[in-house]
Amino acid sequence: MLRRAWNWFDDLTGISAMLHPLLFHPVPRARKSAWLYVLGSATLIVFLVQIVTGIALSSAYVASSGQAYLTLLFISGSQFGAIVRGIHYFGASAMVILIGIHAIRVYLMASYKYPRQMNWLTGVALLFLTLGMAFTGQLLRWDQNGFWSAVVAAEQAGRTPLIGNWLGHFILAGDTAGGATLSRFFAAHVFFIPALMFLFLGLHLYLVIHNGISEPPQAGRPVDPRTYRVWYQELLARDGEPFWPNAAWRDVVFGFLVVVTIVALAVAIGPAKVGQAPDPTLIGASPKPDWYLLWYYALLSVIPRWSENAVILVAPLLFALALLLLPFAAGRGERSPLRRPWALVIVAAIIITIAYYGRLGARAPWSPRLAAPPLPEAIVGTANGPVAAGALLFYQKGCEFCHTVAGYGGIRGPDLSDAGDRLTSEQITTRIFSGAPNMPSYRGNISAPDLANLIAFLESRHMLPSLPTKQP
Amino acid sequence: MTEASPPENRPAGPPLLPLPPSPCRDCLSPGRRRFLVQLSLWLGSLAAALVAIPSVGFLLGLRRPTRVWRDVGAVDQFALGATVQVAFLDPSPLPWAGVTAQTAAWLRRVDANRFLAFSVDCTHLGCPIRWLADANLFMCPCHGGVFYADGRVASGPPPRPLTQYPVRVAEGRVQILASPLPIT
Repeated sequence: MLRRAWNWFDDLTGISAMLHPLLFHPVPRARKSAWLYVLGSATLIVFLVQIVTGIALSSAYVASSGQAYLTLLFISGSQFGAIVRGIHYFGASAMVILIGIHAIRVYLMASYKYPRQMNWLTGVALLFLTLGMAFTGQLLRWDQNGFWSAVVAAEQAGRTPLIGNWLGHFILAGDTAGGATLSRFFAAHVFFIPALMFLFLGLHLYLVIHNGISEPPQAGRPVDPRTYRVWYQELLARDGEPFWPNAAWRDVVFGFLVVVTIVALAVAIGPAKVGQAPDPTLIGASPKPDWYLLWYYALLSVIPRWSENAVILVAPLLFALALLLLPFAAGRGERSPLRRPWALVIVAAIIITIAYYGRLGARAPWSPRLAAPPLPEAIVGTANGPVAAGALLFYQKGCEFCHTVAGYGGIRGPDLSDAGDRLTSEQITTRIFSGAPNMPSYRGNISAPDLANLIAFLESRHMLPSLPTKQP
Repeated sequence: MTEASPPENRPAGPPLLPLPPSPCRDCLSPGRRRFLVQLSLWLGSLAAALVAIPSVGFLLGLRRPTRVWRDVGAVDQFALGATVQVAFLDPSPLPWAGVTAQTAAWLRRVDANRFLAFSVDCTHLGCPIRWLADANLFMCPCHGGVFYADGRVASGPPPRPLTQYPVRVAEGRVQILASPLPIT
């Protein structure tokens, strides 16, 4: 009965003729590296997770600059709302990580070489679109961080020569970050970028079938475009296996683990915190991107000032151009990473850069600690006299936001916990008056008695074991 | 049972109608063929343009560059020399903008009838700067840019002095010329 129903359906739709090559197309046996082939499908699975949770969230989210924040609070407070938000949040992280590792795997195994150049190009498009989703998605949280992210994005676009101002206001969809801004980012996150992703994803998957999945590389077996396709077909005939289920079971197992991890994190940790309302007049905001863009934020903080426009505008373009040219510049030859040591070096350099600057971005030593409290009496050592007055000035004049004393304050400038041990009062005076590239000059901005008190306080700072320090 | 089912399995029915013989496989003359191809391409493009022009035009045209004087309070409510935060409506607020229709500025009364208004947006990347009253400095929380009280860059990455809004006093009220977000 069921069989007859299926036959009838299949006769009318031809679905088995369509699915058969997708499911049973032969793939090369990957043997020891078989588990390296699960990353692309895992990215796809997480993309599906994002679609499902995204649709669920969109059923309650109101894409209005004035109300999105309220609906976000509502979603977070309703049954399953926090979990769905959490899945979407950790899903975004998982997708960024997985597509990154997938790209690295393909690069290291040089699967981008002939005939799979177009596979690589569509993959590069998907990588950038995924980062676009990550950025616009973080912004849709539309708290203070989200609001100022839109402003910062517009300011960065504003660095473009000639059309910068126009482009910046185009991103904001108006004169200021206001009513139309969020709708623009919402349309990008929910319609525009996903539409492009479907397009490139369809192409990418079609190309996987069309060109066949790459075989594991072997040192001493270079790709020659004249013979590769014939050789590959012979390999499949001799040593291929059907994708389903011989190879696909690994995709299912790994995908399952990824989904379980995402849901577990969503339940255990919950979604990203919703900050304060996106009110531009609450200027206590210290906007910071989500972790996957922290490294970029950090990079912009440490580069020399003259190179800023180049790094904001030219570096991403050059990186994209390098990715786009790669499969054509190196479309043939050795695939094994053992024969391409520079590939290992490049990957190591990229990973180290992102990890190092990501960690740096999390600490953000360049951000003044504007929330630092005035130094307590236990640290100052006295409640009266010039030292106590100087300690208060150290706070009031903003010194403490950038300089640490005994664990209090910022870390942008040098630690002054032992200023008395290493600086004379003349040296301190000179620095206070002259300033530095990252320190304002206080000439004309501090009275003589205040300066005397401040120096008295700094000269009283010694690294003696008896001095109490703030417990971590 | 796919399309390859042999004809003898068909239930008995009326015989298939014989098709009239076609005189040729492609009966179009080369000229007519070229015309029909061109016609299809042009009509398709025209239809696409008819939809795309207003859609893209709408996307590009949301910006309405306006400048509006906004009242931020009576002159007397501002102490001489003090720098305070004021909030006012955007130059082009939308009805659903809610709190985001507001803009903030740092306002300082210089003398009886003269005011300075600084944009809160750091000229580096637009983060909201804060006024440190005791230090007489503006400080940005993002990358630590610092500005002097007159808006000049004191230290850090900002490439330009703080943007100022024009301010006027009209009938005892302080008014700021609400302007588009300064994108530098």
